[in-house]
Amino acid sequence: MPEILLDGKGYALADGETVLDALTRGGAAVPSSCRSGVCQTCLMRAVEGSIPAESQKGLKGTLQARGYFLACQCMPGGTLRVERPGAEAGRLSATVRAITPLNRDIVSVALECSDMGDYRAGQFINVFKDGTVSRSYSLASAPGIDPHLTLHVRKVAEGRVSGWIHETLRVGDTVAISQPLGECFYLPSDPEQPLLLLGTGSGLAPLYGIIRDALRHGHRGPIHLYHGSRHKDGLYLTDELHALAREHASVQYHPCVSREEPSGDLRRGRVVDLALGDLTALAGWRVFLCGHPDMVQSARKRLYLAGASLKDMYADAFIRSAA
Amino acid sequence: MSQALFEKIGGEPAVNAAVDIFYRKVLADDRVNGFFDDVDMDRQAAKQKAFLTMAFGGPNHYTGADMRRGHAHLVARGLNDRHFDIIVEHLAATLRELNVAEASIDQVAAICESTRKDVLGR
Ligand SMILES: Cc1cc2nc3c(=O)[nH]c(=O)nc-3n(C[C@H](O)[C@H](O)[C@H](O)COP(=O)(O)OP(=O)(O)OC[C@H]3O[C@@H](n4cnc5c(N)ncnc54)[C@H](O)[C@@H]3O)c2cc1C
Ligand code: HEM
Repeated sequence: MPEILLDGKGYALADGETVLDALTRGGAAVPSSCRSGVCQTCLMRAVEGSIPAESQKGLKGTLQARGYFLACQCMPGGTLRVERPGAEAGRLSATVRAITPLNRDIVSVALECSDMGDYRAGQFINVFKDGTVSRSYSLASAPGIDPHLTLHVRKVAEGRVSGWIHETLRVGDTVAISQPLGECFYLPSDPEQPLLLLGTGSGLAPLYGIIRDALRHGHRGPIHLYHGSRHKDGLYLTDELHALAREHASVQYHPCVSREEPSGDLRRGRVVDLALGDLTALAGWRVFLCGHPDMVQSARKRLYLAGASLKDMYADAFIRSAA
Repeated sequence: MSQALFEKIGGEPAVNAAVDIFYRKVLADDRVNGFFDDVDMDRQAAKQKAFLTMAFGGPNHYTGADMRRGHAHLVARGLNDRHFDIIVEHLAATLRELNVAEASIDQVAAICESTRKDVLGR
């Protein structure tokens, strides 16, 4: 039976187990969060033995070259000696500069982090509550526009990390965060391309960064933003987004509610249904999907069938943590 | 055997263009889309890319045994000759949309045909 060797101890790898499974079953403290190969919290480095290519998917080339892999995606064929990530893949320290309510359930958290190099609006970071528990939060800020990194954190009932952010975290506190991660961001490749942005709940966070980043890069094509929530009080930044749409003729902002009769300029329905009703054919569009995993999954399929190209679809599903 | 065919069709860029069209046809076809209900479209699309590369005679490491193993769970769910023909038909239609020469399309169909026994687990 293959073994995983960590810190001088061996952990037997049972059939069908990942490296993360084997280590946690054996009592090793390995940080992990999504267990789906997205958040990169369980990053480890192989120093001996061979790792399957799937376990390096999505990692930066420089990390891949040094044997980094995701423990939750790694089912090695043989024995593997691994170590915990070094400083190059490591954590950064950030200071909380502001915590501001956006609506009843969502706060904006502004972080200052002098060590973070370049990031792209729409990427996410992992925020560590302690040594092993972390969660991913998207960046709502855009480089060159906002002075601090900004997160929109929705309070989840009994949520370990979101609850801690809402109740315990204070301005001036220091928190550990990861490097910026993820591929859901704007590239100024085609300034005429129409953009469709669909988000539910705090899924507005990355879109709020992306839309302003695109405009800052001089994007000229139409930009349609649909932000959905069950009820009106789940929407936020509505004044700012209406103002953005007034300033830029290319921007259309559609606040949507799915579970109540809409008032004013609100629209009734789910974001995907409304967008497909308005736009029908999506060939040539670039699409950004963020928020509830069910929305992201169904939108991806339906927009693809309506003509959107796979390579033009960027998504971050806010999947729950398994650990 | 058919590196020349792969180059003629247009290599990897052609695979990328074809996967979008091909996978959309397959997902929109109720006769076969039940086999493609994977939750993760990116993963599924990556596999279809592997399929197209192979069908175009491009570089791949698949053996007959891999094809057998890779489709066994689908055979268990009823995958048969009719489904196989539909997939090959969608592939041919995709290549026609991309203006690939009929002679090359025939070669692609022949490569697919050579995998029939393994894909259908016979
Ligand atoms: C790429 C990515 C980006 C993300 N970006 C954001 C973001 O910008 N803003 C944001 O607020 N969140 C975001 N999330 C979700 C976030 O990472 C956490 O999953 C969320 O904050 C809950 O963590 P928690 O520790 O508070 O709850 P946990 O302690 O993990 O869970 C507590 C309980 O609540 C349940 N639960 C967990 N999530 C939900 C949910 N969404 N709805 C209902 N019940 C739930 C759990 O099953 C559990 O029973 C993102 C996730 C990913 C993967
Ligand atoms: C025409 C001959 C065919 C060839 C050469 C072929 C080839 C392939 C290849 C190379 C893969 C990727 C395997 C992997 O890397 O995991 C694959 C996966 C797949 N094929 Fe085929 N295929 C063929 C026919 C079909 C047919 C007829 C169907 C169903 C109607 C089908 C459904 C699938 C599905 C659903 C997967 C993904 C399986 C998974 O999720 O693991 N294929 N095929």
